[in-house]
Formats: sequence, C-alpha cells, structure tokens
Amino acid sequence: MEESHARVEDPFFEQPAPLARLCHVRKSFVSGGKRAEILSDINIDVAPGEFVSIIGPSGSGKSTILNLLAGIDRPCAGTVSYDGHPVAGVSGSIAYLTQHDSLLPWRTVADNIAVPLEIRKMPAAERQRAVVDILAKVGLAGYGGHYPRQLSGGMQKRAMLARTLIYDPRTILMDEPFGPLDAQLKLALQAELLRLWTGTGKTIIFVTHDIAEAITLSDRVLVLSAQPTRIKHVEPIRISRPRDVHEVRFAPHFEGHYRALWNAIEMRREEAAA
Amino acid sequence: MNTATALPVVVDGMNAPIAETVATPARDRVVLYRMVVAAVFLGVWQAVSGRLINPFWCSSPLDIAKTLWTWTQSGLLERHLLVTFQETAIGFLIGSVAAIAAALSIGRSETARRTVDPFVTAVYGVPKVALAPLFIMWFGIGLTPKIVLAAVSVFFLMFFNTMSGVRQVDCRLIEAMTLMGASPLYIQKQVVLPAALPWIFTGLKLGLPYGFVGAVAAEMMASNQGIGFLTQDSAGQFNTAGVFAALFALMAVTTLLNEGLGWLERWLFRWR
Repeated sequence: MEESHARVEDPFFEQPAPLARLCHVRKSFVSGGKRAEILSDINIDVAPGEFVSIIGPSGSGKSTILNLLAGIDRPCAGTVSYDGHPVAGVSGSIAYLTQHDSLLPWRTVADNIAVPLEIRKMPAAERQRAVVDILAKVGLAGYGGHYPRQLSGGMQKRAMLARTLIYDPRTILMDEPFGPLDAQLKLALQAELLRLWTGTGKTIIFVTHDIAEAITLSDRVLVLSAQPTRIKHVEPIRISRPRDVHEVRFAPHFEGHYRALWNAIEMRREEAAA
Repeated sequence: MNTATALPVVVDGMNAPIAETVATPARDRVVLYRMVVAAVFLGVWQAVSGRLINPFWCSSPLDIAKTLWTWTQSGLLERHLLVTFQETAIGFLIGSVAAIAAALSIGRSETARRTVDPFVTAVYGVPKVALAPLFIMWFGIGLTPKIVLAAVSVFFLMFFNTMSGVRQVDCRLIEAMTLMGASPLYIQKQVVLPAALPWIFTGLKLGLPYGFVGAVAAEMMASNQGIGFLTQDSAGQFNTAGVFAALFALMAVTTLLNEGLGWLERWLFRWR
C-alpha cells in the first residue's frame, strides 16, 4: 500500500489534480552521530478543498510532513510540490497553525490578529475592519483589547485561528491545534473549525493524536507507521456533511472507521512487540 | 470565509477571561516605614554632630539644608545640576542607543556574538574612570569628555543586558512570524525588540547611576561647572556641608529619574 499514492486507495471519488503532493519523500536527521530515518518513501496527494488528517504515534514524523509542506524543511529525497510547483520556501498561500502558543504577549488580541495583514502592508483602517470581522466569526467579539495572558487557553486558540484565517490562505496546516485542551472545549473548537471551513473550499491538513477528532473533521485519515515512517493505512470517511461534532459518533459509519483506524495503530503495536 | 454569522462563545466558564488580581499589600505602610527610617537617620546624625563628632568632619543635616537653601536661592545649584544632568542625559542616550543597536544587530547571530564577545568583555573590565584623563586630553575640558565618559560607562551594561534579552527570545514566536511571511526586519522590530525590552529596561535602570558616575568623575578631574566641580570646590574650601549638599542634590535627581523610569516601565509592560 505504501508503494502507491495514498489517494489511489479511494476508488469512490473522481479526483481532481492534487493541490499538495509528496512524492517518494524521504527524510532523515543526524543526531548524536547516528542517522535516524524519519520518513521512508512517503506518498501523499491532497485534493483542493480536502480535509485530510494525519494520525500516528509521536515521533512518527507527522510534524515533519507539515514542515515540508510549509517550506521550512527540505526532503532528503523525493519531491514536495504545491499547486504544481515544487515547494521552495515559505509561501503566502499556506498557513501553518502550530501547537505552541505563538501570540505575541505584548500585543492585544486585535493587534496580534492583525500581524499577517501588517506583514502584507494593508492600510490600518482596512486592517481594523478585517480584525473586527474575524473576531466576531471566531466568537471573540469584545475581546480585541485584551492581552493574551488575560485569555483562557481556548480563547487563545481561537485568537490563533483568527490570525490564521484573516489573510485567507488557500491551505491551512494544523499541528495538533487542540491538543492540550480538555474534551469539552475540544469539541467546541472542532465545531467552530468545521463551521468556519465549510463552503470556503480551503484545504486543511490536520495532524492529531485523537482518532475521534480525525474522523469528526476529515474527508480522509492517513495513519502513519512507527519510524521509519510509511503510510500504513488510508481511511476515507463516509460520514455525510455537514457534521455535528456531538452527533458524529452515532453516525452508522463511525464505529467502522474507528475500528479500522484503531486496528491500524494496534498492528503497529504488535509489530513493535514482535 | 463566507460564514458571516457571528458564533457564540460556546463554553461559558472556560472562556471567561481570567480576572486580573493586582495585589499591592500595605503600600501605605511601606511609605510610612521609609519615612521613619529617614527621620531616625537624620535625627541621629543631627544629634551626634557637635556632641560626639566635630561638625567640621561630618557636618549636620541642618547645615546641609541651609547650604542647599542658599544655593537654591542664588541659582548656583540649578546651574551646576543642569550641567551634570545634561552631560549624563546626552551620554546616557548615545551610550544606550549605540549599545541596543549593536546588540540587536549581532545578537541573533551566534557567530558574530562569539567573535565580538572576548573584545567587549576585555574592554568592559577596564575601570571606565581610568579613561577620563584620556578623554580630557582628546576633547578638552568642556562638556564633551564628560558626555563621552558617561556614554562609555553606560554602553557596556546596556550591551550585555540587551544581548541576553535578544538571546532569550522565544524562537517559536520567530518561527510563527516567519511562517506568516514576516521579513527579518519586521521580526527584529516586532518580536526581538519587544521581547528584549524587559532586559533593556533593567539595563537602563542599572546604567543610569553609571552615567552619572562617568560625568561626575570627569568633572572632578577637569571642569569649572557641574556637581563634580561643586563637590571638589567645596572640599577645597573645607566646606563639608557643601560637599554633602552637592551629593544630596545629585542623589535626589537620580532617585527621581529612577522613579520616572519605573513609571515608564510599568506603562510599557502593562501586558504582563
């Protein structure tokens, strides 16, 4: 399975040309004089407008895949391309929401969210209008004047999401964005993400540990093996949209998807034990 | 995004902003204690002077106050204070701006930093006062040598402080900005400088007295004005009260400036 492009696994869709593509990508790092192979022949195609999740054990190179697509890391072999061109550096049309808190603590929420627009040299009046607009969309209306430390963890995530959405990137890479939050808050933010994404045609590549989260959000879930990482399993999610994050787990296909993904991860455990 | 509807904040309790709690315990009491300390100190000094110790050596708070009053009336104090203040302020400004600029420009590069480090450390070790005769030789006895000495005295402290600030910037913030397409200059201005600002401020507060030390030391060696001259001149006339009065005036000025910096600091770092 790992020899073919992951997308080919799904015969039910007539696929458009891929927007993001990893083709026979290998990546290794040298640490302590030893060469550690992180990615071993990875092939991924992501269609425009698709929501793809990547799950796998920690250290399996999930973040590395995002870094390659974001252009802050280079493959040792193989090609990473976006929109038909090889990825050569940071691109304005790909946003990257990392798992760390990266709001500037000395700026108010509104000023933080305006950063991408400042970088793009948008006039101040326009900037302000865009910020007010996006604050309302992510449910932070009235909090523009607060400093990050005055916000709860969930609100900081919303602010980071707003900062990502404000410059309207075509593709968003997300690295465990809701990782450290409690279950209830996670569901709330998942619901919000789905609502904000629906109908935009944006492509999202979402890294997570959480199988239920991956099923809830995605069109397709890729399971990575342990190192050296290959794509172990591809699970197209057949739950119709729009989805309600609270109802998804009662959908007829949910259990099957969950079992399949869990088994893919279980197999890896057996291999590790063998 | 074409979902134009505003979304409600979903989970109430968790999304409420964390309340600010600013505790200033017994601020008034501390002020009172300070006044008691000052009163006891001055009272003991006054009582001892003329009874246990000859006022020729230690003067007394009352004599000092009298001298200060006379000098203030005649405008003498104002003139000399202003000169010293001017030298220090200009030197301080030049020294700190140069130090901050230098630290910001080489601080992010490990190679540049390690290349420069031994030289800066070596020069830092030289007592700056020892440079005063050289500056007087070069720049005469006007304001210039005092300004230069004040600037040099402030520079190193500011340089090392800014450098540690620059080196402790959270690289994840820089990475996030890079991913949003920020230029190196934007990152320098909007991330590195604000992040280093607390260190810069510590440097400013520590450096201020150094600036005065530089200016006053140069004044004492060759000058006909300034607080350094005033102390030297009073001592030459065996006027102990005059020496203390000049130092007292300088102390008042540095304390006020430090307080001013404290206010500025609290305003700049209101995000904390």
